[in-house]
Amino acid sequence: MDEILLTIDGKEVAANEGMTILEAAQKIGIYIPTLCHHELLEPYGACRLCMVEIENRGRIQYVASCLYPVENNLVVRTRSEKVDKIRKMILELLLAHAPDSRDLKELAEEYGADRNRFDREASFCVHCGLCVRYCAEVKQKFAVGFVDRGTRREISFVPKIAAEECWKCKECFPLCPTEALQAAYVYVQDITAKSPFKLVL
Amino acid sequence: MDNATIDQIIDKHHGEASSLIQILLEIQGQNHWLPKEALERISERLEVPFTRIQHIATFYKAFSLVPKGRHEVHICMGTACHVRGAQRVLETVEDLTGIKPGETDLDLKYSLEIVNCLGCCALGPVMEIDGTVHGNMTPATTRDALKKYE
Ligand code: SF4
Ligand code: FES
Repeated sequence: MDEILLTIDGKEVAANEGMTILEAAQKIGIYIPTLCHHELLEPYGACRLCMVEIENRGRIQYVASCLYPVENNLVVRTRSEKVDKIRKMILELLLAHAPDSRDLKELAEEYGADRNRFDREASFCVHCGLCVRYCAEVKQKFAVGFVDRGTRREISFVPKIAAEECWKCKECFPLCPTEALQAAYVYVQDITAKSPFKLVL
Repeated sequence: MDNATIDQIIDKHHGEASSLIQILLEIQGQNHWLPKEALERISERLEVPFTRIQHIATFYKAFSLVPKGRHEVHICMGTACHVRGAQRVLETVEDLTGIKPGETDLDLKYSLEIVNCLGCCALGPVMEIDGTVHGNMTPATTRDALKKYE
């Protein structure tokens, strides 16, 4: 496989073709914040927190590092004034939906994001898709999915599958950066009260 | 809608997962809505996860997961129709049917929906019933037009 040479935060990195910038950075121990990324899952590019600045033949661009493939001679900056500003804004928008998320609050501190900047619209789910994709790609159970679109999009368990599968798995719970998943699950558990998992939780 | 009819529609599309939306559209067209049982049957036959079908069926406005009336009334509330009195047309329909936009009456006779442009502004205010365009509506002609549908 061809080696690709690029620079991340001033350090030379040799990466393989097809790797993403995020993977190349992780290889040499450079941290880029992510929310919707998970090693076991296909890149998704939903949260945009992993945004980095890249310079290619003098052109500066801002790209999602979890999706962007490495290129020869690419110069990547994982922090810059503008990158920080973008991440701060994204965090403030996400916090309007999930004001008490631990992950988000930690990142907010780092980037000086104000969780009260935007009016609260607490839907709790930030549509990272981790639960949906984990259930589909890793467990292949398809117990939870998205419904509707735009501002009304939300996750929804299929009660029938959930009653059979979820109580013994729940592997998606710790993945959720907010508590939306648990809330939705408890709700489904309630409406399928006959199912055995009343006792389990 | 029974399983045989659903199977027939699925067979017509050779049970291919790539025809999912076509199949959903056809069931929606014949049945006016997509019952859960139908979606489950499609999921089974096409081997497409139910969550995926649910996502698609809730994504497009063309699909309905609740029963719709036999006649679908669309009233245009676009700018041109609005200034020409669409509001009065809407109020007339609401009065006669007893339903608001997005609703269906108990006899499953009408479903009412407002839309933003039907593409024939010169005819405004426009009302569309089951795909037939009625133009230059007044409260009186609206009443007459609605009466023709059983
Ligand atoms: S419920 Fe949690 S894990 Fe699932 S999409 Fe929403 S935020 Fe992500
Ligand atoms: S981690 Fe890259 S977009 Fe979410």
